[in-house]
Amino acid sequence: MAEKLTIGKALNAGLRRALELDPKVLIMGEDVGKLGGVFRITDGLQKDFGDDRVIDTPLAESGIIGTAIGLAIRGYRPVCEIQFDGFVYPAYDQIVSQVAKMHYRSQGKVKVPMVIRIPFGGGIGAVEHHSESPEAYFSHTAGLKVVACSSPQDAYTMIQQAIASDDPIVFLEPKRRYHEKGEVDTEATFPLHASRRLRPGTDATVLAYGPMVRVALDAATAAEEDGRDLEVFDLRTLSPLDLEPVYESVRRTGRCVVVHEAPSNVGLGAEVAARITEECFYSLEAPVLRVTGYDTPYPAARLEEEFLPDLDRVLDAVDRTFGW
Amino acid sequence: MAKGDRGAPARGKEVAGEPAPDFVQLLTPDGERIEKSVGADGVEYTVDFTDEEYRGLYRDLVVIRRLDAEATALQRQGELGIWASLLGQEAAQVGSGRALRPQDMAFPTYREHGVLYCRGIDPIMPLSLFRGVDQGAWDPVEFKVNMYTIVIGAQTLHATGYAMGITKDGKVGGDDGEAVICYFGDGAASQGDVNEAFIWASVFHSPIVFFCQNNQYAISEPIEKQTRIPLYRRADGFGFPGLRVDGNDVLATYAVTRAALDNARHGQGPTLIEAYTYRMGAHTTTDDPTRYRVASEVEEWAAKDPIARVRAFVEKQQIADASFIAEVDEQAKQEALHLRERVLAMPDPHPLTLFDHAYPNGSPVVDAQRERFAEYLDSFEGSAH
Repeated sequence: MAEKLTIGKALNAGLRRALELDPKVLIMGEDVGKLGGVFRITDGLQKDFGDDRVIDTPLAESGIIGTAIGLAIRGYRPVCEIQFDGFVYPAYDQIVSQVAKMHYRSQGKVKVPMVIRIPFGGGIGAVEHHSESPEAYFSHTAGLKVVACSSPQDAYTMIQQAIASDDPIVFLEPKRRYHEKGEVDTEATFPLHASRRLRPGTDATVLAYGPMVRVALDAATAAEEDGRDLEVFDLRTLSPLDLEPVYESVRRTGRCVVVHEAPSNVGLGAEVAARITEECFYSLEAPVLRVTGYDTPYPAARLEEEFLPDLDRVLDAVDRTFGW
Repeated sequence: MAKGDRGAPARGKEVAGEPAPDFVQLLTPDGERIEKSVGADGVEYTVDFTDEEYRGLYRDLVVIRRLDAEATALQRQGELGIWASLLGQEAAQVGSGRALRPQDMAFPTYREHGVLYCRGIDPIMPLSLFRGVDQGAWDPVEFKVNMYTIVIGAQTLHATGYAMGITKDGKVGGDDGEAVICYFGDGAASQGDVNEAFIWASVFHSPIVFFCQNNQYAISEPIEKQTRIPLYRRADGFGFPGLRVDGNDVLATYAVTRAALDNARHGQGPTLIEAYTYRMGAHTTTDDPTRYRVASEVEEWAAKDPIARVRAFVEKQQIADASFIAEVDEQAKQEALHLRERVLAMPDPHPLTLFDHAYPNGSPVVDAQRERFAEYLDSFEGSAH
């Protein structure tokens, strides 16, 4: 069954389905109950599933993640909402030192099947700490898996797959795209930890995830007018990366640009570029280029359009790969 | 004095320890049995043990001290990387450990070797961790003791979440209800996670006992660096009862822990127990306590030894005779010997096992690295992997 939903509504529908299917699924976070979350992603869920399963927690992120670990050890499948990207750091120790390591420490005897939902990225004109892209911190941590959705379809499907997975998963949601609409087929299947080619092309490969997927696709449309045919991938899974399809693409195009909002230094783009260089060295016509946020703290809202990669910066990078 | 200036902080011992700790005590350092003792929570505590049970507690105390001493010796001989000794805290651990009912769940720090022993976990388990063979891989579900947690205080939140799960499962409210005991130390009491755990447990009215072994030092820092009021009184601010017990008194520790756990399982919410004790040894084998504490203080606490008082009691009351004492000593010696032999025989893990269990569902990245590393190992002449 297909219907048109926003990313936000699709996440809500996916969470609802997960709650229906498995009585062990819990939602916990700040304001997730009556308010339905500051972005309304959990709207109506407490009303329908009760405050025993959709839990308004005290205002302390480490507490949210730490108690979720205990609930997971007890057999529950907690879905934790971190209200904004920049508020995840009080929980950083619990995520990195505990969530990520329980299974390894116990030699497989203890699983913590948790999902940590984080609305991430900028573009909403917010004050400090509400626009960050912390994916590299978590992707760097062995024991965590990290995914980012970019469309209503993926929002609906991936959130359910993440909840059903026994791996602890950091689930990144492109907050500035929450209101974008698209078709959602409730029966659709596509592996969680797989990248996806969204647009075939022959001249250069553009990689993006989360909120930058829209930018990459728009850039490809614009490039078409210049007679350039860009192939666009949504990486979707940031840890583990799924780059085999990307290698195949780059071997054909010889050029690659990777786009993310997070700063470039030691970011996802660096890892992607290194791996493409290792795997596609003889096919590359130019170095893999990165289009990213700058290596500054996230700026004040009136400057964020300058900070964030956009269509023109992506096209500029593509141009540069042709000028090599 | 300026307005609002409450003066210099009181000296630590006056603040956190002296005058005479207001604690529950049922057995004096001289082995005199106190019939009943009232806690800071206003409750009267006592125990009613059979002679056999008294002998059992004595046996536990002696055996875990001997095993602990063996572990320290093994570290000194280079067989363990490091060891966190429980010396001096035997009563706190045996008293609380034996107070658990089979259905209860414990969340330890990394020093609860005595609790593990009481729960029937093979004593080699913590040694394999400190030898570096594994990271403490007993089965937390089978033994109802979670893994050791090294990050100070982090386990208090896990314990609280687990206790929330007990409530969700409807396993509170009767004698067969479940409860959680969560261990931590005086240093941990300053951690944000511990305070968040108190908040969560209070707000969700969770079946949990926070068991703080105040052994007076967080490595080198004395208790007055952590608090200006006795730790048990912090519970007040979070909205649940707190009390202090003589942590060197196995009877009192048992009594208060058993009562707090039973309250929890019957749906009466959390309790904070501060077991007032002393770390007789170093923080770990890497530490030199002579740099930060005076010998007279150690002597003072040696006179309050948790085992000597039980021995004095059972001998005076003719609960145990010389042959029993000798038999327990011999048992402890044999268990220690057996432990030593097994530690020395413990094989190093296979190199490729370092890739195991990184993820429940595996990872293609880890798989590829394992494969490459295996090939690399095989590339050495005469390698046998």
